[in-house]
Amino acid sequence: MYLRDIISFSLRASLGYPVRTFLMLLAMAIGVGSVVILSTLGEGARRYVIGQFSNLGTNLIIVLPGRSETVGGPPPLLGITPRDLTLDDAMALRRSSSIRHVAPLTVGAAPVSAEGRQRETTILGSTPSLLPLRQLEMAQGRFLPEGDPTRAAPICVLGYEIKAELFGAAPAVGESVRIGDRRFRIIGVLSDKGESVGMDMGDIVIVPVASAQALFNVSSLFRVMIEASDRDAIGRAKEAIAAIIRERHDGEDDVTIVTQDAILATFDRIFVALTLTVAGIAAISLGVAGILIMNVMLIAVSQRRSEVGLLKAIGAPGNRILTLFLVEAAILSLVGAAFGLILATAGTWVLGRVFPDFPLFMPLWSLAAAVGVALSTGLVFGVLPARRAARLDPVQSLSRR
Amino acid sequence: MITLAGICREFMVGDERVAALRDVDLTIATGEYIAVMGPSGSGKSTLLNIIGLLDRPDAGTYLLDGEDITGLGDRQQAALRRHKIGFVFQFFHLVPRMTAAENIELPMILAGIDPSERKQRVAATIDAFGIGNRARHRPDQLSGGQRQRVAIARAVIMQPHTLLADEPTGNLDRVSGGEVVEILEDLNSRGLTLITVTHDPDLGKRAGRRIRMVDGRIESDR
Repeated sequence: MYLRDIISFSLRASLGYPVRTFLMLLAMAIGVGSVVILSTLGEGARRYVIGQFSNLGTNLIIVLPGRSETVGGPPPLLGITPRDLTLDDAMALRRSSSIRHVAPLTVGAAPVSAEGRQRETTILGSTPSLLPLRQLEMAQGRFLPEGDPTRAAPICVLGYEIKAELFGAAPAVGESVRIGDRRFRIIGVLSDKGESVGMDMGDIVIVPVASAQALFNVSSLFRVMIEASDRDAIGRAKEAIAAIIRERHDGEDDVTIVTQDAILATFDRIFVALTLTVAGIAAISLGVAGILIMNVMLIAVSQRRSEVGLLKAIGAPGNRILTLFLVEAAILSLVGAAFGLILATAGTWVLGRVFPDFPLFMPLWSLAAAVGVALSTGLVFGVLPARRAARLDPVQSLSRR
Repeated sequence: MITLAGICREFMVGDERVAALRDVDLTIATGEYIAVMGPSGSGKSTLLNIIGLLDRPDAGTYLLDGEDITGLGDRQQAALRRHKIGFVFQFFHLVPRMTAAENIELPMILAGIDPSERKQRVAATIDAFGIGNRARHRPDQLSGGQRQRVAIARAVIMQPHTLLADEPTGNLDRVSGGEVVEILEDLNSRGLTLITVTHDPDLGKRAGRRIRMVDGRIESDR
């Protein structure tokens, strides 16, 4: 029997029962469509988070005070507090040739007021290096000037949002604001670059790090952000940071050094797992579709008993009957999967319209996986009905009309 | 040439064993015209199914053209059904979604015959059976007599040497039944072995050889 004849026979057999064929296609299409749409959402979420982290700057290393690991062993007899990360520590890091920028950060919240309006907002103490490091852009004026980082100059840079709230459309550069109990002169306004990982760069006031320390009466740093000189230097920079801090902290490794790559890799893993999980949940609907296919095929076999008996009488062996029914299941699965892909494309288009900011990305692997799973589901669940057809006793099948 | 020796066939009906055929011996020469008659349940259809390789005997030997076929596998038996035996049924058993021409073509599709040759043979057969104007109709658009003619055309399209007909006129009126019998007898006159199972004594009388079965045994054979 020619392959072409097998396919056309099976195709016409499925077209002969339009209702059951439609039901099977529907079940398969919903299964395949949900697998593809859910993995598209998962992949979109992954890309969204990765994009946010890339906004943070490139080749970034973050130094936090204290070890993140909990180390066992007896507690110290005398109250030894972990050493703070100081501004001097940060400045010492500039020695390393693998490091391009060092931006110490002190963070706090304080009321900011100007022209009778007051807003509680985040105050970020840093150095001029923050500008290239966080890839910030100025809308007006200039950023913090170069100079001795230990000098607490009364100058500040406003985020675009806080500027708009305090001054409206009026020019702010050259005006002064009150932060806590001190006056600061505004030397620049950041442009609207948006948010990057939890920190809204619009609703923020940047002051020199020494000013922030004085404002909040602290001598330690919240963290130090470092940009390595290039991608290959990240490892060396990490070692240099560890060595310099250890030397300054009496041989103790009491800081945590996090690289952007490590954070990215972690998030990447989390989101890949998440995507696979939701796709797996969607695959359950494919399983349900498979069971429906099995049921409908079983009904088809009993509907077509006399046809099967006839095929045997005119010379089809059991194996041929098995093939014909399996090919029918495969065709229905593939056509159903094709409808599912159309459904997924339409669904993705609608989602893209509803959430225009969310980067939807349909991963190729999910298309291949969905179609593959659909086909194998159809075949696996088609085997039982096909075997039943192949084993039908021709005498009994033909004895009825 | 069909030779049956000591053929037995039993069925389980509930807990009870029912013997459909008891030790049947039968030799049929090529080109014979045989009518198998007898009351219901006498084993006529079982005999036909065993000759047609749709059923297997529990005991005995069956030689088809001198070859013992009782031990053959499903695939080989299917091949014999395809090439040597044609079936005609009381209820026609046409595939409802296919046209008359496609029903006639079906055995050749299963046999893997080339499409161009298939088309040629179908066209020739349709002409020979006088159903040319009905070739594109589905079975539900055909009369009973036309359906049976399509079924006979399908049975002989592979040029078998034996034609098995189980109550071929049982579902037809007198006129179309007569036409169908004429077609079958015409095929027989061209050398095809024709074995019909029938209740109709008139049809039985036309056969060259009449086998009467009672209770799973051949009671008379003349």
